[in-house]
Amino acid sequence: MIRDITIGQYYPARSVIHRLDPRVKIICTLLFLISLFIQRSILGYLIATIFLGMVIYTSRVPLKYILKGLKPIIMLLLVTVLFTLFLTREGEELFHFWIFNITDKGLNISAYTAIRLIYLIMGSSIMTFTTTPNALTDGIERVLHPLNRVKVPVHEVAMMMSIALRFIPILLEETDKIMKAQIARGADLESGNMIQRVKAMIPVLVPLFVSAFRRANDLALAMEARCYRGGEGRTKMKPLVYRAKDYLAYAVIVLYMMLIFFVGRFVPFHIWIF
Amino acid sequence: MDMVQSEKLIYEYEKRDEEGNVIGMNRAIDGVDIDIPEGSFVAILGHNGSGKSTLAKHMNAILVPTGGTMWVDGRDTKDPMELWNVRQSAGMVFQNPDNQIIGTVVEEDVGFGPENLGIPTDQIWKRVEDSLKAVGMLEYRSNSPNKLSGGQKQRVAIAGVIAMEPKCIVLDEPTAMLDPNGRKEVIRTVQELRRRKKVTVILITHYMEEVIDADQVYVMDSGHIVMHGSPREIFSCVDELKRYRMDVPQVTMLAEELRKKGLQLPAGILKTEELVEALCQLNSNT
Amino acid sequence: MSIKLEHLNYVYSPGTAYEKQALKDINLEIPQGEFVGIIGHTGSGKSTLIQHFNGLLKASGGALYYNGENIYGDGYNMKQLRSQVGLVFQYPEHQLFEVDVLSDVCFGPKNQGLSSEECEKRAREALELVGFPEKYYRQSPFELSGGQKRRAAIAGVLAMRPSVLVLDEPTAGLDPKGRDDILNQVEHLHKNTNMTVILVSHSMEDIARYVDRIIVMNQGEKMFDGKPKKVFSHYRDLEKVGLAAPRVTYIMHALKARGMNVRTDATTVEEAAKEIIRSFHD
Repeated sequence: MIRDITIGQYYPARSVIHRLDPRVKIICTLLFLISLFIQRSILGYLIATIFLGMVIYTSRVPLKYILKGLKPIIMLLLVTVLFTLFLTREGEELFHFWIFNITDKGLNISAYTAIRLIYLIMGSSIMTFTTTPNALTDGIERVLHPLNRVKVPVHEVAMMMSIALRFIPILLEETDKIMKAQIARGADLESGNMIQRVKAMIPVLVPLFVSAFRRANDLALAMEARCYRGGEGRTKMKPLVYRAKDYLAYAVIVLYMMLIFFVGRFVPFHIWIF
Repeated sequence: MDMVQSEKLIYEYEKRDEEGNVIGMNRAIDGVDIDIPEGSFVAILGHNGSGKSTLAKHMNAILVPTGGTMWVDGRDTKDPMELWNVRQSAGMVFQNPDNQIIGTVVEEDVGFGPENLGIPTDQIWKRVEDSLKAVGMLEYRSNSPNKLSGGQKQRVAIAGVIAMEPKCIVLDEPTAMLDPNGRKEVIRTVQELRRRKKVTVILITHYMEEVIDADQVYVMDSGHIVMHGSPREIFSCVDELKRYRMDVPQVTMLAEELRKKGLQLPAGILKTEELVEALCQLNSNT
Repeated sequence: MSIKLEHLNYVYSPGTAYEKQALKDINLEIPQGEFVGIIGHTGSGKSTLIQHFNGLLKASGGALYYNGENIYGDGYNMKQLRSQVGLVFQYPEHQLFEVDVLSDVCFGPKNQGLSSEECEKRAREALELVGFPEKYYRQSPFELSGGQKRRAAIAGVLAMRPSVLVLDEPTAGLDPKGRDDILNQVEHLHKNTNMTVILVSHSMEDIARYVDRIIVMNQGEKMFDGKPKKVFSHYRDLEKVGLAAPRVTYIMHALKARGMNVRTDATTVEEAAKEIIRSFHD
């Protein structure tokens, strides 16, 4: 049962975004995130909103899925907004209650901090919704390839990531089995305070670690038996190749960045937010 | 020269106590001579601890002998220059179906071996398709291995090995963790493979039913070869097999029981049809 | 002392995309002291079924009575149920975790709240019951052979002194002698202590040799329930659902089809041999 859960939130659909090379998506997402922080005007955010909206629409991933991804950070969002709201002292005071002070600047900053955070999450979600974990690892491996020059073992790291992806469901299932076996022997994994519950996990964690090491050992043997000796000399079954639509996507993001930069440069000062 | 050959093979390792001090030597393999001709189907039987898996690991140089020699396709496995050649000529399928599948998609896992060998992309695809077809798993090519049964996973593992086009396939207890249907699936796949590709097959197992069609059978115990012959010859020695902690299939067991009770049945009966035929013969004679 | 299931059903992940009805309307009763075998193809629900016996899984509907008490009633002591109905999972050696074997086997009794002297006493008893050599009591469980690990794991469950012992494929992955050893030990236990034993297995030959009664599961339902001879006489139906009869049963049927005057209900080698000899003497 647990094996059915796929890692990440890949949402299968047929869209241009889905079919883009993973490297494009990684780089574009990064640039988009940067764009959220380098500009500071309403116009800029409008442009970002339009861009994000277009990407979401093109990706055919239902908006409700993307919004669901915001659920985990609702707390963080709330805390950040409230802090910014009450701790900004600049600007005209709008409201006063006990020791709490709300200024107009505070309102602005907190609103836009919230928007930044939300767009950050949504932008990254689009990437994970439209790219399989495998494609992502391939993409990251290629993008980080230049780091090989400074002795970063890019291939090995990518290999570790994809093996981890492969084994996470298996290890989750095994955890379940071990927990059941220990509960069947009377273990109590649910009650007690923090310390008691951590102690109670030992009969689950020790066998899990032992099992994970055993698997790692078996897997290493199997890989060597199939002549794996590191990244040297390996070819790829599914090599990443840029196509026309990838170049188009790059063109679009460049245009977007130029627009953002232009707006930031030439929009009159007083329309700046902060 | 034979596909796989060993002469006075010895494998020893140190026994250590809790603190890591050496307290003795353990001889897992004690002077083994085997000859496996090219294109044959050879089975190596033995109880857990007999040394059969250790011997198997010498065939693709996962282990190298501490004494004696092992040659695979004419190459000495001790020679570090020949290591990867040995591993390419002798592919291995392991016991645990999950712990040998690396890819998150079936076809990607089958392509892992050819990728390691530096095979060009389009040829990899061809090999992957051929291999999956040969084990009857082509329709599952885009599936995640997590959704497959044990028998199916092992077939994917076998495909992954065939894709490297080895001269010989060593299967180290491939069915030990499978249910009876999975076992049948795997054995059937191996038989089919033999038919199609004439590759040397070495099957390590403790299930006697699986070795009925082998050309030769070796039985191991305590690091030695204790029995060697055709399946029929081996199956005839029921008491000796029991002494080596092996179990014969019910057909053979039944024939042995009947023979002990006085019925004149031929020795080494392997299949139901043979027993039925022999009994009916006897019946019509009386 | 018995287990009774009434209209029990179980649904996995209800209300999600993975919803599946694993058990459908199961009615059965297992009296104390019986040796029952449960067989079924992979996915038939046998593992799900046995996890209900010790309350690991809670039924989606229906009732389960242990010794007349409904285990789904308010305030029922599940922890106590688990020490009375011991469940040994497949590859039980994967649960070993302690520093040494004796401590690991003490885990169960410790969770029952017993004193450390009592725990050790029961652990030693259990280890002796499974034939585990005393010289390895203080060894790390991770350094044992496969067969020894398995014995230690089974002892870990027996140390709780359960009245019912449920074993899910206890012989998986063992060689022939290892299989015989474990099953003989279980049979021994059953004969000497009137423990109820529920054995889940894929080996028809093992089941035929040891159990008094067979329950056949198919697609979450009970397909057959009866004595081995009777169940295996339905071998054609069993084949249709991915099971089989013991090899010897097929041999007897084949002989009968060839005109020999033999009964076809033999399920073990000894029975078959006897029957064939008998037909020759007639």
